Amino acid sequence: MSTPAVAAQPPRETYINTDWSLRSWLLTIDHKRIAWLYLISISGFFVLGGFFALLIRLELLTPAGDLVSPDTYNRLFTQHGVIMIFLFLIPSIPAVLGNFLIPIQIGAIDVAFPKLNLASWYIYSLGGLFIVIALATGGVDTGWTFYTPLSSTYANSQVMWVAVGVFIVGFSSILTGLNFLVTIHTMRHKDMTWGRLPLFVWASYATSLINVLGTPVVAITILLVGVERMFGLAIFDPALGGDPVLFQHLFWFYSHPAVYIMILPAFGVISELMAGFSRKRIFGYNFIAASSVGIAVLGFIVWAHHLFTTGLSVYAATVFSALTMLIAVPTAVKIINWTTTMYQGSVSWDTPMLYALGFLGLFLVGGLTGVMLATLGIDIHVHDTYFVVAHFHYVMVGGAIMGFLGGLHYWWPKMTGRMYPETFSKLSALLVFAGFNLTFFPQFILGYLGMPRRYHAYPEEFQVLNIFSSAGASILGVGYLLPGLYFAYSLVFGEKAGRNPWGTVGLEWQIPSPPPPHNFVEGEEIVVTDAYDYEHDLIRDDLDRRVGPPRDAREVPVG
Amino acid sequence: MGSHASGVLAHHFHSISQQRAAHSLGMWLFMAQEIMFFGGLFTAYVVYRALNPLDFAVASSELDAVLGGVNTLVLIASSVTMALAVKYAQLGKKNMIVLFLIFTFLFASTFLVIKYFEYSAKFEHHTVPGYDFDFHVPADVIQKFELSPERIATMEKRAEVFFSIYFAMTGLHGLHVFIGMCLIIWLIFPAMKNKFNVDYHSPVENFGLYWHFVDLVWIFLFPLLYLLGRNIH
Ligand SMILES: [Cu+2]
Repeated sequence: MSTPAVAAQPPRETYINTDWSLRSWLLTIDHKRIAWLYLISISGFFVLGGFFALLIRLELLTPAGDLVSPDTYNRLFTQHGVIMIFLFLIPSIPAVLGNFLIPIQIGAIDVAFPKLNLASWYIYSLGGLFIVIALATGGVDTGWTFYTPLSSTYANSQVMWVAVGVFIVGFSSILTGLNFLVTIHTMRHKDMTWGRLPLFVWASYATSLINVLGTPVVAITILLVGVERMFGLAIFDPALGGDPVLFQHLFWFYSHPAVYIMILPAFGVISELMAGFSRKRIFGYNFIAASSVGIAVLGFIVWAHHLFTTGLSVYAATVFSALTMLIAVPTAVKIINWTTTMYQGSVSWDTPMLYALGFLGLFLVGGLTGVMLATLGIDIHVHDTYFVVAHFHYVMVGGAIMGFLGGLHYWWPKMTGRMYPETFSKLSALLVFAGFNLTFFPQFILGYLGMPRRYHAYPEEFQVLNIFSSAGASILGVGYLLPGLYFAYSLVFGEKAGRNPWGTVGLEWQIPSPPPPHNFVEGEEIVVTDAYDYEHDLIRDDLDRRVGPPRDAREVPVG
Repeated sequence: MGSHASGVLAHHFHSISQQRAAHSLGMWLFMAQEIMFFGGLFTAYVVYRALNPLDFAVASSELDAVLGGVNTLVLIASSVTMALAVKYAQLGKKNMIVLFLIFTFLFASTFLVIKYFEYSAKFEHHTVPGYDFDFHVPADVIQKFELSPERIATMEKRAEVFFSIYFAMTGLHGLHVFIGMCLIIWLIFPAMKNKFNVDYHSPVENFGLYWHFVDLVWIFLFPLLYLLGRNIH
């Protein structure tokens, strides 16, 4: 029985309950709320992009083009690509988890430019609106790559709306990247040195570099296609001596690094998960941090591996092939360090860790097939086939989305103050992993056998593998649907999560869940330790109380 | 305490120096973004110029180097007045800030007026791509290089590529000048209210960075578009 005095006590103020009005959410400059604005928008676009994928897989169940016309099929894969890349994957981890976590993880009360942060979301939404208008008025059929002269001269779909939309969304990611870079440079807690930054912050730093330096190039390129279409300027028009291959160079100068915009943040999440669920200081902190920046820098000088079949000179192709393979080195550094982190750690099998382990397997396949594709001979054989489709889905879906889901499951209790049902979440991790492999592994074989991408019909001998792929896609769909359902359920019925439900180290786990409006409780000291310092006295006491001593503590006398 | 007294410290910063560092770094990163943005266009220009050196030289000698030159001087003058505005903002001298911002504004508008006359001449001479474009290779060039009719025909097509690049580059630059003018107006009001002082002047300083950048882009555009290859005749 509660006494009136207890009942009258107001609940603790959090960033959520501080103001419930819609206005307060739409005009918020709190980085944690802006993360939610993004989470809602990108989830909507994910469903839309997934819907187009569903139609693609349905069409490909049979060899004949019987469900949709070739023209409609062109629109389906274009819209699937445009939405998933520009409106879902690129903003996913940075804008949702990055926004929520970066200020907290470095001990700041907000990003450096909170209003700009909100403006970035509005810019993103405006760009999204343009793309939605394009869909509503007929769609677009150029492929997400907008190759000229198809996009500039021949396509009669809504290229303009989509181009303008992508241009606008680009500025949202430029400004978010700029905001994060300045935040990480100038807003760190006085004890938070560069060598103590959580690896998620390092990964976000590297990503932001690419956002700021790469995105403007694709913005100007798409703008040029736009003015060519609208005013008849002749920049890429081969009839007048313009060079369509120049478009490809400019496009991939951004769009290859954009792959790292999508995957580097996932690397950051995985580093957090590996250390957290092995309850151990991460192995090779410096190497993982440096490899993020290394990948960002190297990523800028490999773009022409997308142009091996456009008549690139043999010398240029060889150089770009070698440079591309070089990226495998910093990437392998990460994989090896993650694996070594688990070695002799107290590994627990919570849902986020299941996603992280799934990531490790899938990304490894995606990465290694990337090295295959960097090899000139193989690339010419499998160029524009399903082998390439399978490769980049292993990286972007198997890598980036697994990282995003793993991170979302890890930080969900912090964001909402609630736990989600464990059984269902483990089931979803399993379904996603199994469904994903069933969908995309057959595509490697299909591509190797010669099935080209972007066709709505195919020879009969390819049907069995395509049926596997479509079946896998439906399992994958269920795997993605489940988190949507149980996350929503957890908001109301979920068990209350304490400050630190996983018993992991990091500033975000020192503060209440959900955090107060200004992140840190006034008057409570912020204890900044080395990253993942499970040996630190303060952390250790805290952890012993919650999860028991780590395994190695039984052998090593505490002195 | 002194920093708080100025009343312009946002809630999420500890100190005015932290705030200034953030604003300054933010502006430099924005400049880096701008360099990459224009960089794409400059790359396109360099590639096409290298592929069609003679064609570009012929087309580029059609531009009015005198007007371009005058505009170069106008922009350099505006950079000087802007630098002075920044200096007086750092000293907190209200009237001088406003005065030099107005000077900068006037130079910027002069630039755009001259640009307007240049653009309208292009419409008269049919050198606007996609709008009854009709370029003729001058007779002296045909004679000097003994151009075949086929070569003349391709040269006339390449000229359209040159003018496309010309309009894309100068148009984007002009847009930046225009945005700069809007920002000057936006700065004049707080300057008149005496908002800028020794402690707080980063808006003027950061706008100065932007303005010098816009000037610098033109310093590259002028020789690349107007001067290179004028000796063709
Ligand atoms: Cu690539």
